[in-house]
Parts: sequence; C-alpha cells; structure tokens
Amino acid sequence: MGVSQASFSAALFDPAMAAPSGLVSGPEGRRFNVYRNNVVVSLTEALKTGFPVIARLLGDENIDGLARLYLRTHPPTTPVMQRFGDTFPDFLASLDQLDHLGYLPDVARLELALRRAYHAADAAAVDPAQLAEIPPEKLANVTVTLAPAVQILRSDWPIHAIWAYNTQPDAPTPQPGAQDVLVTRPGFDPVPDLLPAGGAAFFAALQGGAPIGTALEAIGTPDFDLTRALTLALQGGAFTAISLTE
Amino acid sequence: MHPTLPNAPGIGFKPQHFAELTADPGPVAWIEVHAENYMGDGGRPQAQLAHLADRMPVSVHGVGLSIGGEDPLDRDHLDRLARVVDRAGAASVSEHLAWSSHGGAYFNDLLPLPYTDATLARVAAHIDQVQDRLARPILLENPSSYLSFTESTWSETDFLAELTRRTGCGLLLDVNNVFISATNLGLGATDYIDTFPLDRVGEIHVGGHDRETDETGAPLLIDSHGKPVADPVWTLLDYTLARSGPRPVLVEWDNDVPDWLVLRDEATRAADALDRLPERMETRRWA
Amino acid sequence: MSNTMKTMTVAASVAAALGAMAAAPAHAQAKEKCYGVSLAGENDCAAGPGTTCAGTSTVNYQGNAWTLVDKGTCTDMKLPAMADGTPRHGSLDALDRDLPKDA
Repeated sequence: MGVSQASFSAALFDPAMAAPSGLVSGPEGRRFNVYRNNVVVSLTEALKTGFPVIARLLGDENIDGLARLYLRTHPPTTPVMQRFGDTFPDFLASLDQLDHLGYLPDVARLELALRRAYHAADAAAVDPAQLAEIPPEKLANVTVTLAPAVQILRSDWPIHAIWAYNTQPDAPTPQPGAQDVLVTRPGFDPVPDLLPAGGAAFFAALQGGAPIGTALEAIGTPDFDLTRALTLALQGGAFTAISLTE
Repeated sequence: MHPTLPNAPGIGFKPQHFAELTADPGPVAWIEVHAENYMGDGGRPQAQLAHLADRMPVSVHGVGLSIGGEDPLDRDHLDRLARVVDRAGAASVSEHLAWSSHGGAYFNDLLPLPYTDATLARVAAHIDQVQDRLARPILLENPSSYLSFTESTWSETDFLAELTRRTGCGLLLDVNNVFISATNLGLGATDYIDTFPLDRVGEIHVGGHDRETDETGAPLLIDSHGKPVADPVWTLLDYTLARSGPRPVLVEWDNDVPDWLVLRDEATRAADALDRLPERMETRRWA
Repeated sequence: MSNTMKTMTVAASVAAALGAMAAAPAHAQAKEKCYGVSLAGENDCAAGPGTTCAGTSTVNYQGNAWTLVDKGTCTDMKLPAMADGTPRHGSLDALDRDLPKDA
C-alpha cells in the first residue's frame, strides 16, 4: 500500500498523528519529524520576515506559537512566498486572546501594504513641473493616476506611530488616536507616511477618478491639510499621470 | 538558441550581495536565482535581475512547481515561471524531484517521493508539460532525503535516468544532497555517483548542511544551506568531476547568508576543483 | 465649500506643495536604509533555518495550543481604547467594513 500525498500532508500539519505507515523513517517514524519541522520552521520564518513589527510587538515566544496556529489553519495557497500572509490581518482579528491588542490587524495590514509596494510594478512619476504649467484656476479640475506601488490605509489606531516605535530607534511611545497612512515607493524602498486626518479618504477619492477639488469636498474634513497631502504624494512619486478635466 | 551556463563557478544570488557582485565578481561566472523570488511585478528584484542578466548567464531555479505532486501542475505558476525565464534570458532552467503542494496548500519544503512506476509516469508527464510550456528542456535536481518509502521499486539514480530517457530532460546533480541522503539512509555516496547518469548532468550544486545525531545515535544531516560546504562534500565534488568532466558548479547558501567575501571564497574553492581537472578532459555538455 | 473657495484652496496648496518639493525634492533618501530586501519574502530550497535538533526536538512542530504571554513591545504601549472611547469591538467591526478586504 502506498503513501498518498493526502496522508503525508495531513500528518505534516498534525503532530498528534502518527507518521504515515509505509515509510522507512527510523524508530517511531522519527525521521518524518524532520519534514514536520522544516515545514513549520520555514513558514514561521517567512511569516516573521513578512511581519517584523507584529513579531516585535508580540515577542518571539508569542509569534512562534501564533505562527504555528496560523500556518496550520491558513497554509499558503501559492508557492510565491512574497504573497504569504494575505489572510494574517483577519486571522489576528479573529483571535479572542488578542482582543485587548485591537491595533494588531491594522498594523499587519500596514506591513502587507509595504511588501506589496516593494514588489509593485514600476512607473515613472510625473514631473511636478507639469502641475506648475496648469493655470491655477483649473487645478481643482485635475485628475491623477496613482502609481501601482501606492497603498492607502486608514485605521482607528495609531498604526504609523506603532510602526515607527517598533522600527526606529528614537520614535516616541504611540498615543491613542486614528491614523491614515500613505505608502509610496519613490525608489525601490517603500515609505509609509503619516497623512493629515482625512488623507486616506482623499487619496481613495483620487484613486476613484475624482478631480482634486471634488475629492477635497467629498471627504468632508474641515481644515484638511491639502498642502501636506499633496507634498507627500509628490515627494513619494505617487502620481504617474495628471490630466485636466472640464 | 539559449545561452548556456559555463563550466565555471556560480553562486546562488542574494540581493544583499548585488553591489559587491557587480563591482567585482571574482571567480563567479554566473548566478542562479530562485524563480519564485522574481514573480513580483517590479521594484528592486526585477531591476536587479535585469541588470545581472545583461552581464552574466542566469540560471532560473524553481522551488515551487511541485513537479512530483499528485495534483495537476499549477498552470498559473507555470506561466509565472515562463515569464521569469523570459525576463532573465535564462541560460538554464531547473526544478526538483519533489512535491511541495497538495490540495491547494503549499508547504514551502521539498517533500519526498516513492520511486514507483506510477510516480515515474506522473513526474514524466509533468516534466513534458513544463518543457512544452517553456519550449526548452529543464534540469531536474536529485533531492536530499531523510526517509525512504517501502513501496519504492526503483533506485533514485535509475529513476532519474529513466526520467531523462522518457522526457529528454537533463539533470542537476546536487552532491551535497547526495552526501546528505547517503548518510541519512545508510547508503554509499560514491556508489550513487557511480550509478548516476553523469552524461545528462547540466549543472552541479554544492552547499552546506547541519550535522546532528538522532535518538539512536546515528548521524542525521539536514539540508540547511546555512554553512560553508563541508569537506566531504568538496571531496565528493572532486570524485564527481573526475568522472563527469567539467560542469557548471553552483554554491548555494540560503540561510544565515554570509558576507560577500565568504561566499566568494566558496566559489574560489569550486573554481579550484574545476582547475584541478586534467587539461584535456572532455568538455562536452549534456545537451 | 464654494467653487471659488475650492479653486483658491487647491491652487494655493499645489503651489505650496511644489514649493516644498523645490526645497526638499528627494523624498528623505536617508530613510531608504530602514527597509529594503528584508521586505521581499523569499523562497528558497533549503530546510528551514534554526532547525538545530530538527530530527529530535518537538519544539518547533508541536501542537496548536498557544497562550499569549506578556512579552514583546506591545507590553510597553498603553493603547487601551479608541481616543473617542468607542468600545473596541464596535470600532473594529466598522473598520473591517471600511477597509478593502484582502483577496
């Protein structure tokens, strides 16, 4: 009787199961454990590599146990490991044990966004001079195309501050509050920038094809810091095309 | 015609070595990349690959196609592989005699196969499918093994020889894997080389392994690629090259990746092994 | 917002943003060093790192039981609730609705 890959893979993920019979694998099938171990270690490392801030927030002991649980319930569905972890934010949100750390799913979403930006298609940013050439009274009618690397996040949690606190030596302790983040990739390295309040809605409207003026109205945020939002976008090379609508 | 790999040392390329490799490759005449790491749309990985592909032959080494899988091959993944092969202007394309996906789950490890007629037919069909899609022959790599299957009716070397006969594929002979499997399964490493179809070998791998002892006191070697190549593996490389003639020799180092100079020194050892071969040794290629 | 106001606001902001670009055109190039290749998420064909005692240890492939212990930087941060006092569950549900879902 042969060993099916169904039985082999079932036993890989369930250490309580005996190794499949039909293997020459040492006493009590112990050599089978090498594969069990390799699978868990390699996927755990992949997860920790993809979510270094979550790993730091939780500490090694927690992330290792959490990774075991995640990879068995949500094994990768593609051989491309740069895509592993798409379901990790929702998984974090589903765990009762993490209820009191409600920011974890959104921080994981930020880390996913950075990885997606890293691998996104290349696109040349518009020369800011093109904006300068448009008559000022028509600027409100300008629509933009966002670079494939651009990622827009809004959170009820201070995700940018949490990210900074865990990646940069002198960052202050995060304070409660909602934060919007714009991820751009001016060169090859993604940059997450803290947006002024309402910024995520503004860029989402631009992404949907709204002219700048319409996007500004649509977000309904009084005193929205449009200058800051546009400066970050231009510095990050977020616009790959601009055009004037009538 | 595709370019070919030179009978010279190559290294498994790591992005952190990009600047040093391009500034001074030393004895490194070609590189190998893991196909899956270049399946994104753009950014640094694609830029580095394009830059390197302009300067030296690139071997595209797939790790995720699950050629030994009972499930049908993932056509999307095969398309992605074809795109990387194209982008890299690949001088060689290789995959593993192993499976790594089942029922929609990917295990990120190269899992073992029983060597039976049924496995042979399935793997041969998958290799045909890959070679048809890529419109070129591939090299298939021998695995590192920690166990074997009672149902196996073929030796691994006969199994691989039969696969090359049926499909026209070449072979990637990993002598570190040979040493690991021989040690773990209590077989002879040189016996394996003696029965391996060396005329079909288009590339040789060396790499580091971890040495442990199992609960019975027997040695257990793990294919970790996290250390310098062990001395007995260098010796086995000499033994192999003396019989195969010069071949492209790749140094793999995937975990605890060292500084460039450490990796370059390993490539120099591979160059020395090639240099030691008699000058007039036959230099025919596998295809 | 009146159309005139809107037009003036946008014009002033674009001008200011272009001015800021002229003053600091390169997006904080120094930041680059913070990220890079570690983000990539790589495949390899080796056994997992840290497999020391891989054949004998049960540490790495043990079961699913997992209990949160007080570790990591989350213990340094005090973020008990939303700034607006919304209970956590309600706000997260709202959040889930607003955010694009991962495929």
